[in-house]
Amino acid sequence: MLVLPGEEIPSQGLKPGPGTYRVGGKVYASILGLLSPRPPFVQVIPLSGRYIPRPRDVVIGTVADVQSTFWLLDIGAPRWAPLHMTGTPWKVEVGETERFLKVGDSVVVQVENLDPTGRIGVTMNGEGLGKLEGGTIVTVSPARVPRVVGRSGSMIQTITRHTGAQVAVGQNGRVWVGGSPDAIRRVSAVLWMIDEDGQRPGLTERVESYLLATLPTSESGREEPKLGGAPREPPAERFVAGDDGLATPEEAEEPEGEEEPEEPGADQD
Amino acid sequence: MGNVGAKEVPVLLTPDGRRIDGRRLDELRPIQIRAGALHQADGSAFVEWGQNKVMAAVYGPREVHPRHLQQNNKAVIQCRYNMAAFSVDERKRPGLDRRSQEISKVIAEAFESVVFAEEFPRTSIDVYIEVLQANAGTRCAGLVAASVALADAGIPMVDLLPAVAVGKVGGAIALDLRKEEDNFGEADLPMALVPQSGRLVLLQMEGHMTEEELAQALELGVSGCRAIYEKMKAALRERYSITPPSGGAA
Repeated sequence: MLVLPGEEIPSQGLKPGPGTYRVGGKVYASILGLLSPRPPFVQVIPLSGRYIPRPRDVVIGTVADVQSTFWLLDIGAPRWAPLHMTGTPWKVEVGETERFLKVGDSVVVQVENLDPTGRIGVTMNGEGLGKLEGGTIVTVSPARVPRVVGRSGSMIQTITRHTGAQVAVGQNGRVWVGGSPDAIRRVSAVLWMIDEDGQRPGLTERVESYLLATLPTSESGREEPKLGGAPREPPAERFVAGDDGLATPEEAEEPEGEEEPEEPGADQD
Repeated sequence: MGNVGAKEVPVLLTPDGRRIDGRRLDELRPIQIRAGALHQADGSAFVEWGQNKVMAAVYGPREVHPRHLQQNNKAVIQCRYNMAAFSVDERKRPGLDRRSQEISKVIAEAFESVVFAEEFPRTSIDVYIEVLQANAGTRCAGLVAASVALADAGIPMVDLLPAVAVGKVGGAIALDLRKEEDNFGEADLPMALVPQSGRLVLLQMEGHMTEEELAQALELGVSGCRAIYEKMKAALRERYSITPPSGGAA
């Protein structure tokens, strides 16, 4: 059930959880979202807003600033996340951080710890973590990540099966797509479609029929069929890329080994 | 509207209680609210209220710029209210002026009292209000737009913040003044209400009213706010209406 800030929630003796507050014995929603009773708590699941980090989340970040011993990553969270040089698989000397990662570079990192002041500790040590080379990053709402992944990765499998692209989903709503330019284009369109109306039922069918209709081998593949959720026009600013924006197939091969194992890890509920 | 600047005072209230645009004293101008009007912002809203057109965009919580404004225990709420050069009859000189600074400040303070800023220490919630077309009551329209935009951005808060101005025209207390009434009326009293608690978090007054008139104006304003509150909720509902049955995958 959709609730809005300030609306009273039938708490039925449940304690106020995330997204709610209590005044004078009554519980109210503090954010816009879906009401979800999880005894002993009643909570509101957000439908919008920035990425709120949780420990162990694998996320895709972009270097926003370089200091002598760490980088600051924009992971779409309320604050930048410091990545210390010891949190990388590289031997970094103090002051040499910029040789490894420059402003604008994209990385896959894991959230390690959060402290009460809102500081987000991330690490690049771990399977599937590292610098991203080539490909494109598409941003969707963090609330849509479970839809992008699908039940136990089914949506990703559908997408990769029909396009041959490599896809890595960060819990922060950033999705790395590698492969041929055509595959990247089709996957991006699908991701925008999921972002736009991922909450409507029948999403898998719509994605699948879009991908089938745009198969590059078929003659009509070039035309964008207008389906239920018409893919919106790709806004140019949405592309964040390693270098020239599109990966050549050889380039894209490289990070594959690192990325693939990360997908199943993108568990949601 | 071309002769608004004329010295002659228009008839603001007819003997049978009709106002310059035919409204009764307790009638609002038509309002349309659209939540989520912009893509890049974390939250946004567009409000058309009478002849006002206001766009609001919310970014954040995000890193604070400039850094020294950062607060260790909560988010800072920064607001910029701005009128477009083409928003009024005579070209408005672009940029910050004393009026827009004041409005930015009172709007930011109104939101400070409803947003749970402690949840995001050392961050900034930036609220941008752009008035594209003005016809009195733009601070209220801006507040309404910004409040819907904050909800759209998933910011936790006590409640939405409806706002409206009440004034005195032709000797009577009237709801939601339009430009002629604002210019030639006797008083203007903008207010913003927290419906959940009944508290007012913005209240300003220009002109003169008796104590009884003020009490009457507050009552009228609060009922106006409640009507606007329903429109704000409807706008957000419309934007987020298509939802799956509690968490079930499609």
